[in-house]
Amino acid sequence: MITELGHFTLILAFLVAIVQTVFPLIGAGYRWTGWMKFGETAAIAQFALVSFSFGALVWAFMTSDFSLRIVVENSHSLKPMLYKISGTWGNHEGSMLLWVLIVALFGAMAAFFGAGLPPTLKARVLSVQAAIGVAFYAFILFTSNPFDRLIVAPFDGQDLNPLLQDPGLAFHPPFLYLGYVGLSMAFSFAVAALIEGRIDAAWGRWVRPWTLAAWIFLTIGIALGSWWAYYELGWGGFWFWDPVENASFMPWLLAAALLHSAIVVEKREALKSWTILLAIIAFGFSLIGTFIVRSGLLTSVHAFANDPERGVFILFILVIFIGGALTLYAARAQAMEAKGVFGMVSRESALVLNNILLAVSCFVVFFGTMWPMVAEMAFDRKLSVGPPFFNAAFTPFMIALGIALPVGAMLPWKRGKIAKAAYSLRFAFVLAVALALLVWAMQTGRSALGPAGLFLGAWITFGAAVDLWSRTGRKGNLSRLFRLPGADWGKAVAHTGLGVTMFAIAGLTAWEVEDIRVAQPGKPFDVGQFTFTLEDVRRVEGPNYFSTMAEVLVEKDGRPVATLYPEKRDYPVARMPTTEAAIDYRFLRDVYVVIGDQQADGGWVMRTYIKPLANWIWGGCILMALGGFISLSDRRFRVAAGARKAPSGGVPAE
Amino acid sequence: MKRLLLILAFLASPVWAVQPDEVLDDPVLEQRARDLSTGLRCLVCRNESIDESNADLARDLRLLLRERLVAGDTDDEAIKFIVDRYGEYVLLRPTSSGANLVLWLAGPIMLLIAAGLGWNFVRKRSNAQQSTGGEALTDTEKERLEQILKD
Repeated sequence: MITELGHFTLILAFLVAIVQTVFPLIGAGYRWTGWMKFGETAAIAQFALVSFSFGALVWAFMTSDFSLRIVVENSHSLKPMLYKISGTWGNHEGSMLLWVLIVALFGAMAAFFGAGLPPTLKARVLSVQAAIGVAFYAFILFTSNPFDRLIVAPFDGQDLNPLLQDPGLAFHPPFLYLGYVGLSMAFSFAVAALIEGRIDAAWGRWVRPWTLAAWIFLTIGIALGSWWAYYELGWGGFWFWDPVENASFMPWLLAAALLHSAIVVEKREALKSWTILLAIIAFGFSLIGTFIVRSGLLTSVHAFANDPERGVFILFILVIFIGGALTLYAARAQAMEAKGVFGMVSRESALVLNNILLAVSCFVVFFGTMWPMVAEMAFDRKLSVGPPFFNAAFTPFMIALGIALPVGAMLPWKRGKIAKAAYSLRFAFVLAVALALLVWAMQTGRSALGPAGLFLGAWITFGAAVDLWSRTGRKGNLSRLFRLPGADWGKAVAHTGLGVTMFAIAGLTAWEVEDIRVAQPGKPFDVGQFTFTLEDVRRVEGPNYFSTMAEVLVEKDGRPVATLYPEKRDYPVARMPTTEAAIDYRFLRDVYVVIGDQQADGGWVMRTYIKPLANWIWGGCILMALGGFISLSDRRFRVAAGARKAPSGGVPAE
Repeated sequence: MKRLLLILAFLASPVWAVQPDEVLDDPVLEQRARDLSTGLRCLVCRNESIDESNADLARDLRLLLRERLVAGDTDDEAIKFIVDRYGEYVLLRPTSSGANLVLWLAGPIMLLIAAGLGWNFVRKRSNAQQSTGGEALTDTEKERLEQILKD
C-alpha cells in the first residue's frame, strides 16, 4: 500500500514540476505576481511529494518488501539495517530517485530562503529548477521505475554487492549527489539571469552560497569515496583516475573555479559572462557524470546499470539543457558587459589565473577520459588512457596552482604589486624551503617528490597564515583575528586543506613501504621500523558472510604497537569474496595489513604496507569542506539571502 | 544485474596482485618489473594495472614481463614484446605517436589559448575607462544594491 502511495506521489510530483516549469516563467514574463508566487508553493509541494515517495522506497527496503524488483535485486533480509537503508540508493533506480529528491530539495530551499531575490528572478530560477526535475521524473517513470512490482515475490533477495556494504560507501552517494545537483542551482540562476538579461553584484552574491554548498558536498563525497577505496579495495590505493572518479572530479574542479569567479562578479562586477558560462558547463559536467556512470559507454570499475536506452535518454536531457542554455548564452552574453576596471596585477587577475588553471586542468581530465572512445571511433585504435597519463598531464596544473595561490590570495583588489605581496610572504617561503631541505637531508637516496610536496603544502599553509595575520593590522592586534568575517577564515582554512592534501599525496607516494611475502605463523618479520608476527588464523561467521580472520601482532622496538585482524570474507548470497584490510591509523602513518591465501607449506600470503601521511589526505579534504562551511556561515550571505528589505516592484523591466 | 556482478567479481575477488612466488630474487630487476607493470593494463579487468589485479591473465602477464627482464630485455624491449602480442590497449600510458599526439598536446594548447584569452581580457580591463559606471542601474536599484552590500 505504502509502495503504491510512493509511486502515486512520484507521478504527482512529476505533474507539479511540469506546472512549476510553465506558470512562473509566463508570470515573470508578464509581471503577474500571483503566477510568480505560485512557483514557491509548487516548489515546496513538489518537495513534499517526492520526499514521501522516497520515504516509501526506503520503507520498502527497511521492511524487505520483496515484491519490489529493486529490493529483490539489491537487498537481503539478513543484511544489517544500515545497509538495508543505504541499499535504497545503492542501485540505479533508487539513486535516480535520490537525485530528483535533491533537485526538489534545492528548489524548495530557493523558494524558502530566497525572500530577498527579485520576484522575477526567483520565479525564473524556480521554473528552470523544475524543468530539470521534469526531465528526471520522466527519466525515472519511463525508463527506470523504482516501484516496479514482481508478480511472484521471492522469499529472499539477492543481496547488495558486499563491497557497497560499508559505512563509507553508505554515505558516499548522497553527498556526491548533493554536490552534483547543487550545481543545478547555479545553472538555474545562470539561465534565469540570461532570460532576465542582466547580472549584477547581487546576483553573484546569491549564486555563491549555492555553489559553495555544492562544492562542499562534492568535496566530502569524493573524499568518502577515495577513503573507501583506500581501506576496502585491499591495496591502499586512493585514486585511480577511473572514468567514474573523473566524472565526479571534473564538476569539483569547475565548481572550485565557479566559486572563485563568482567572487569577482560579486565584488567587482567583472567576469560576468564567463561566470555564467562556467555555471552552465559545471552542471553540464554533472550530467555528463551521470551519463558516463549509467550509459555503459566507458568501461569503469563502478559503472552500474549499464543500459544503452537509458544512456540515450540522459544524453537527450544533456543536449536539451546544455545545448539550450548555451544557445541562450550565445544570444544574450553581449548584454553582460563588464564594469570593474583593474590592473594587470590585482586580485582579479589572480582569480582569472585560478580559473584558467582549474578550467584547463578539468579539460585535460575530460579529454583523457573521452579519448579512448574518440580514438576507437575516429582512428580505429583501441587504446587505454590510464593513471600514468593523468599523473603526467594533470599534476603540473596543480603545482602551478599551488605556487601561485599564496601570492594571488595576498594581492589587493583593483591594483597591486607582486613584489609587495611576495615581500610579506618571505617568512612563509623561507620556512617552507627550510622544511623541505630538512626532509631532503633526512631521507636518503630517494626521489625529490616528498620534499617538493612538503614545500608546496607548507608554502600554501604558511601563506594562508600570513594572509590572516596581515588582517590584524600593523600592531598585530590579535582580537581583530576573531572579528574577521567568516569568508576570510573560510578562505584560509580551505586553502590550508588544499596544501595538506597536496603534501599528503606527495608524501604517501614517495615514502610508502611495501612488503609481500608468505608469512609463517609465529615467525616474526621486519618491514620498515616495525616487526610483524602472524599469531593465528581462524574461521569466523558474520551476519551475512563467512570470514577467514588473521591475528597479526605489530611491534616497534620490542614494544607492541597494535594487534590487527585482517580478514578475507565470503558473502554466500552475493557469491562474492572481499578482503578487509586491517589498518592501524596513526597521526603520521598507517600500518596496513592484508591477508591472502594459505600456501602449500602452511604459511599465508601477507601484504604489509607502511603508509605515511595517509590520514592527511582526507584530513586536508575535511579542512577544505570545513573552510567552505565557515565561509558559508558568513553573515553577509545570510543577510543577502534573507533580506526582506526589497521594495516591491523595485526591479525594473529590462 | 548478473553482468554487473560478474564485472564486479573481477574487481572484488581479494586483490592479490603480485604473489610472493612471482617476486624475482634480484631486487633491482624486481623493482623494474613493478614499475613497468603499473603501466600495463590487465585486459580482462576494468581500468586496473596488472600490478594491482589478481586476474589470472594479469598474473600471466606479470610472469611474462619478468621472464623478458630476466632474459636481458631493456624496459622498452620488454614493453614492446607485450604490446606486439596484446595490442596498444595494454598500455595505460598512451603512446605519443600519430593521433595520440592530439591527446598529449590538448592540455598545453588549451592552456596557451586560455592564457591568451585571459591576458587579453585582463589587458582590456586595465585599459578600460571607468565610464560605463552605474548607468545601467536605476536609482532605486543602486539604493538597494548599496543596502545589500552594506549589510
